[in-house]
Amino acid sequence: MTDWIQACAFDDIDNEDVIRFDHDGRTFALIRSPDDEIFVTDGLCTHEAVHLADGLVMDHVIECPKHNGRFDYRNGKALKAPVCVDLSTYEAKVEDGYVFFRLR
Amino acid sequence: MLDRVENIRDYSLTGRGAERAVALGLASAEWYHTDVPRKTMKELMQRSDGPAIRDTMLWLGLLVLSGAGGVWFWGTWMCVPFFFVYGTLYGSASDARWHECGHGTAFRTSWMNDAVYQIASFMLMRNPVNWRWSHARHHTDTIIVGRDAEIAVMRPPDLLRVLLNVFGILDVWYSLTGLVKNAFGIYSADERDFIPASEIPKGVFAARVHVLIYVATIAVALYMGSWLPLMLIGLPRMYGCWHMIMTGLLQHGGLAENVLDHRLNSRTVYMNPVSRFLYWNMNYHVEHHMFPMVPYHALPKLHALIKHDLPEPNPSIWSAYAEVIPAWRRQLRYENYFVKRELPPTAKPYREDLQPDILH
Repeated sequence: MTDWIQACAFDDIDNEDVIRFDHDGRTFALIRSPDDEIFVTDGLCTHEAVHLADGLVMDHVIECPKHNGRFDYRNGKALKAPVCVDLSTYEAKVEDGYVFFRLR
Repeated sequence: MLDRVENIRDYSLTGRGAERAVALGLASAEWYHTDVPRKTMKELMQRSDGPAIRDTMLWLGLLVLSGAGGVWFWGTWMCVPFFFVYGTLYGSASDARWHECGHGTAFRTSWMNDAVYQIASFMLMRNPVNWRWSHARHHTDTIIVGRDAEIAVMRPPDLLRVLLNVFGILDVWYSLTGLVKNAFGIYSADERDFIPASEIPKGVFAARVHVLIYVATIAVALYMGSWLPLMLIGLPRMYGCWHMIMTGLLQHGGLAENVLDHRLNSRTVYMNPVSRFLYWNMNYHVEHHMFPMVPYHALPKLHALIKHDLPEPNPSIWSAYAEVIPAWRRQLRYENYFVKRELPPTAKPYREDLQPDILH
């Protein structure tokens, strides 16, 4: 199991919103749900590699800003064309007001 | 070695134009965006069912009333104004509904977007699967020769085709033959270029459903010995598409190809309230392409927010055609000509690196 990565303060992410986090040559989307849970996914849409952090979080869905493809960010499932390939998700936690996640 | 002053355009998606676009870095590229604070954009992107439910009930209600009037007065001249309204709602307004619901931005509720998308696709004789993917490509590679499958007027402009399509004459033929081919599982190389193989079976099924409905409508018309069933299903795509063509051709007509800045290849036109209802605010076309996440009902707000960075909108449909028609006529003689729209002093200038293939 890999180490936890400290990403940002919990308050850096607005409720029902997403921010981008780059780490070790990769980019991730850190998402705060309407009920204040944190989820972490790959940062690029599986359709055309657009940054999901510019997209829209609605309930438990994140929508790509370029083609409006949708994923369930809790499990990465592709929900609406033009996305067909699921998004990778990562285990996340909040400790002492900071967001951590780890790669598999 | 690429020839930067190559005049011959290859609009097919599997030919030289496509190779050239990839080689020049025009495919799936980064595009210019006006700076908008995230908080503001998040507000603009918010979805709501209310405006689209209201507008859809109005659209469907008017369709039923005008269709009923057309049927009631069938056989007299009184049916003409009713079918004019019915046809325009069926053959033109459906395009905007197809478009917005295809993006998934019209309604907040997904099934509502999907339901209206399917109905509007049928009205337009568009395979709902194929066109979802072609439109995704249109947004990835807007007016990139060899990449964009939705370039309405290619250079040199075929103005006869444009005129015939005001009545859907060529479009309907190509649409119906395309649906029949798809129904038999036949997909062209261009279609296969933008539709993933996993989606083709869905396209075949959708085409079969559409073809079946058209065959049934024709059968009913033959049984009744009347054109009336076809006046209600199918023909409105021809006699009512004038508004779709009139507004749609302005989106990109006469503007630049092979650029990575929507301010150079898309046009915003101020329009009257009726056209904006039929067109669901797609007259704000630069704004839509720059930020496709913003629903149609929020586009006027987005326009007000970023207009300082965009070319001056055309003040009317008439003024836009006064720009487009001379440009098309000039392109008949000089294919590389396009209208380069002036930016206001408040705008960030066009960047040379986002016009790697511009041909003067």
